[in-house]
This record gives sequence, C-alpha cells and structure tokens, in this order.
Amino acid sequence: MDWTLFWVFTTFALYIGIAVWARAGSTNDFYVAGHGVHPVVNGMATAADWMSAASFLSMAGLIAGLGYGGSVYLMGWTGGYVLLALLLAPFLREFGKFTVPDFVGDRYYSDTARVVAVICALFVSFTYIAGQMSGVGLAFSRFLGVDFNTGIFVGMGIVFFYAVLGGMKGVTYTQVAQYCVLIFAYTVPAIFISLMLTGNPVPQLGFISEVKGEGISMLQKLNETVTGLGFAEYTSTNKTVFDVFCITAALMFGTAGLPHVIVRFFTVPRAADARLSAGWALVFIALLYTVAPAVGAFARLNVTSSVNETTYVPAASYEADAATLIAQGTVPSPAWFANWEKTGLVAFDDLNNDGRMQIRGPASPDGLSNEVTINNDIYVLANPEIAKLPDWVIGLVVAGGLAAALSTAAGLLMVISSAISHDLCRRTFFKGMTDKAELRVARGAAAGAVVAAGFMGIYSAKLAFVAQVVAFAFGLAAASLFPVILLGIFWKRMNREGAIAAMLSGLIPTFAYIWHFKLGTGKAATAADWFLGVSPEGIGFVFMFVALIVGIIVSLATKPPPQDIQDLVEDIRVPGTRSSHGIADAGMKPVA
Amino acid sequence: MAEQPPEIDGKAYWRAVLRLTLGLLAVWFAVSFGAGILLRDWLDGLSIGGAPLGFWFAQQGSIYVFVALIFYYCFAMRRLERKFGVKG
Repeated sequence: MDWTLFWVFTTFALYIGIAVWARAGSTNDFYVAGHGVHPVVNGMATAADWMSAASFLSMAGLIAGLGYGGSVYLMGWTGGYVLLALLLAPFLREFGKFTVPDFVGDRYYSDTARVVAVICALFVSFTYIAGQMSGVGLAFSRFLGVDFNTGIFVGMGIVFFYAVLGGMKGVTYTQVAQYCVLIFAYTVPAIFISLMLTGNPVPQLGFISEVKGEGISMLQKLNETVTGLGFAEYTSTNKTVFDVFCITAALMFGTAGLPHVIVRFFTVPRAADARLSAGWALVFIALLYTVAPAVGAFARLNVTSSVNETTYVPAASYEADAATLIAQGTVPSPAWFANWEKTGLVAFDDLNNDGRMQIRGPASPDGLSNEVTINNDIYVLANPEIAKLPDWVIGLVVAGGLAAALSTAAGLLMVISSAISHDLCRRTFFKGMTDKAELRVARGAAAGAVVAAGFMGIYSAKLAFVAQVVAFAFGLAAASLFPVILLGIFWKRMNREGAIAAMLSGLIPTFAYIWHFKLGTGKAATAADWFLGVSPEGIGFVFMFVALIVGIIVSLATKPPPQDIQDLVEDIRVPGTRSSHGIADAGMKPVA
Repeated sequence: MAEQPPEIDGKAYWRAVLRLTLGLLAVWFAVSFGAGILLRDWLDGLSIGGAPLGFWFAQQGSIYVFVALIFYYCFAMRRLERKFGVKG
C-alpha cells in the first residue's frame, strides 16, 4: 500500500511544518491561541477537534448496523452545538480566562470546586485520548505494516511536536489542515458511491433517492434486503423511545459540557465571535455528519448485496480464481473482501461447507447461519474500493482517519496540560507563579500528557473503560460539568455550596452506574435491570437533572454568593461590560 | 457594578436574550426530540423521497435545522445588541 505511506508522510510533514510556524510565546498563546483566532478558522479547528477516529472510521458503520438506532449519535453529537452556542460559549468567552476549571473555581469562589472540576476534566479527557492513541496504533499496524507500539510512538512524536511547541496556537492551525484532509477523504468516496448507487452525486440527496435503474427508493430497497436475510428493518430500532430520548439528550448535554470543546471557544476575540464560531463549527461537522448516514446506508446495501451468496475466493490467487468462476457462470466474492481479509476486519467462516458466503440476521429465513463477520470500520475503509476509485484515494482514507485521531488527541492534550499547569499549579497550589514559569510547566505538562496518553493507548486493551468512552465521557460531562456552568451563568443565586453538591451528585452516581453496568458486576444485565429502563449511555441525562435539582436546593439553603460574584455574572451576560471584580478575579485578571 | 455607560439597560437586554434563547431552544427540541423521536411514528406516515419523514428528521433534517438555528441566533443577537447599544 504505497499510496497510504505517501499520504501519511505528506500529511505528517504538513503538520510539523505548521507546528514550527505557529510557536507559542506566552501562556495566553499556549492556552487560548492569544484569543485571536478568526471565527471561521476556529469553527474548522473545532470540527477537527470534535471528530475523532470513531466519528471518521466507525460512525457510518455503527449507523449501518443500527439503522434508526444510530440516529442518537447523529442528533446527539450535533445538537450539542446549539446548546453551546446559545447557553455557554459566548458567556464563557466573555468571562475571559483560560479553562473550564477557571470558570468553575472563580465563579464559585472556591478552590475545592476548581479541583472537582479538574478531576472531571482529567477523567473525561484521559478516557477519550487513550481511545485516540490506540486508534493511531491500530491504523499504523493494519495499513502500514508497522508494529502497534511503534505506530503509537510515531503518533506521540507528531502530537508532541505541535502541542508542546505551539500549544493551542499550534494545535488550532494543525487542526485546520487536518480537517481539510479528513473531510476530503470522507466525502470523495461518498460522492462516487452515491453516484454509483443512485445516480445522484450529493450523498445527502442520494439518501432520499431511488436506486438507479430500479423504481424503488434506496431506503426501501435496503429495508427489503436486510429483512429478507433476517435482520430488523433498517428504519427501526429495538430501543425504547424513552431510552433513545435519554441517550440523545446525554450526548447533546455531554457535548456541551466537554472541556476540550468548550475551550475552543475561548480562542476567538469576542463573545459574538464565539457564537458565530459555533455555527461554523456545526457547518463543518454537519458536512461529515449528514454524509455519514448516507454512507452507512449505501455501504450496508452494497456490502450485503455484493457479498451475500457469492462464492468465496481467497486473496492468494484472486484474479485467476475469480476469472475461472465467472467463466463457469458463478459469482465470485468481491476483490475488496479478499484485500481486507488480511487486516482481520472482515472474516468468512464456511459453516455449511458450500463455499458460498451467507449473510444472515438473527431471524434467518432459511435456517442457515451467518458466516460473514464485518467490522464497523470496513464500511468507510472499503468504500473507495467498492466504488472502484484509484489507489491513491484508498491511501487517503487512512491518512484521513489518522488526521481525525491526531486532531482530537491534540485538543484533549491541551485540556490535560492546562488542567495541571494552570488549574492545579498556578491557580491552586503555587499562586505566585510567573507567566514564564507557567509556560515552562505547561510545556512540560503537555509533554508528560503525550507520554501518558501514549502508554494508555498501548495498555488500553487492558483498560476496559477506554472502550466505554461514549458512556463515560459524555455521561460525566453532562452530569457534572454542564449543570454548574449553566447555573453559573443563568442563575445569579447559585453559590459555592450548591456547585460542589451539584458536581458531586452528578459525578458519583453517573460513574457508579456506568461502572456497574459496563465493567462491574452488572455487565451481563439486561434492559430490564436498568434504572427506569435507561441504558448506561443515557444515564448522564437523568443524573444531570439530579445535579441541577440538588444544586438549586443546596444553594437556596445556604448563603447567597458575595456581591462581587453577582456583579461578575451580570457582566458576562452583557458583552463588552466585563470588568474585574474583587474575589472573583483576585487570582487572575480577565483577559480582554 | 461594572462601569456601564448609563444608556445600556442590561436587565432589559438580558430579558430579551432569554426570550430569544427559549424560543430557539423550543425549535431545537421540536426538530430533534419532537420530530426525530417522540412524533417519529406519526411522521413516518409521510415520506420524503422514499425516506420515512421521522427517520429523515432523525438522521438529516434535525442537523440542517441546528445549523440554521445557530446562524439565526447570531443574526438576532446582533440585532439585539444594536437595539440596546451593547458593544458585542
């Protein structure tokens, strides 16, 4: 796979070039890119930051497998931006500091609150980043024939370069480049697949078009194809309406509470830019997120109909054997199947020894068992080959996946390093630190975090919680950080006691619930055992309400916040009026 | 209090912002949780290009509305800021 190597090298060289160009000179540069990023540029960087290896490689496949059930990810991971734009981003920008714990600690005039916020931010970010790093290792080992660990080291080296040198500034501009790589790699094959299947080059329109040459809509054909093989209807789901509601909501509120997403809106010049930037971010995200369900549906249809009941041909002598079969009037298995078999992403086990590949669902109509296993990622990876695109496009898809993984990892690294150097060192333990010293610690913390993330990636197979990123990261962000930030802006009466109580009452039960059902003794539990029938992915939404209610009750039962804090809240609500307020800004003056 | 120039009525501005925000959140809820989840079965009786409408809202339509919502919000906020003399 020479083209893969070519693209990986070229894109990596590009990222390093940008890193050298965008070095950070101050903590303001390092944490928030000097508050000087253009809203459209920030929107693009946010989109790259946001879309992880999972969004790029796995989401379309996840939707292909889940059908309507996959909608929770589509709505959840886009709808959160509406909440960010309307409820959080512009106000936090107006607040004028560097991190999410800055807001929690200063708004609630408490280092305890700050430290609890740091713990939430660190846990969420480490869970998330380990998944990205192991994705990088996997990409290298599968597609470049490099050892898994070596792959992670290469990835670490690249991220190290631009995150440690350039901080948020370097990360921002590299993410812009990474967005361009990943969106190109994603949409080009999608356009050709859509053209091939429906005759419409726009995947979003192909999704609602008729199958080319057949007078039947694409989705209807897909429904008939999968139900004919014993799968559930594509446009249906086995989840209850209430559970779908809760998962979607947990993902939305979680998105709005994720520290690495929130800090992106600290990098623009003004509150108005933060609003605009959220809009642009969603435009760039929607480009991929509206194509993904189309890719998922097309690929499910393509893969099912091009593999099912074909005669298996191994990779060793594919060309000759396939030609012989065609001459005999038999349909051979597609070439891409043979190509991807060696990566282990697809596998065939001839259970009934008829030499043909049967794809069957749980309600198999003819009693035959399913013989083909297909990894979710294959739906995106094999797309260019299914569409018969040239080799260079195939290589680009791998580079796109790496771009998605690295850009997300870098964004998370910034949260981790600033949580240590800024929130813990400068704001909690060594309050007299100079800007220069803090910048050195920040670089050191970023370097340490890269190494830690790399090792977490290497050992992630043993750390089972990494696979539960969705449940943990989003659930905890929704239940612990979102409520206190929201109340901190919209309810002046919210005080320190209420905030700490709210964070803890969201964090602890959410963590315990997910741990119990995902990793602990409840792993084998069924939906009947769930609290109110809510799956671990959706529980963050339930405990978000608990946290909100606890926060309000505890606040009302204790002293109102000092006048300085109430003035601060009034300031951040009205753009352009922010000034320094006694205890609220004693530890750090707001940056204009 | 901050050194606000007297002509800015921060309270009235904030009330207007809250009204706008609540209105837009109602739309946000209606297209995703409403059309895509709660009313889905009912909407699926209709179709858009062969796709059941509720399903389409859940996988496509809601996202388009989200994008439009944020840009409308930016526009409406700029208008409010001008009206109240907020610097923005």
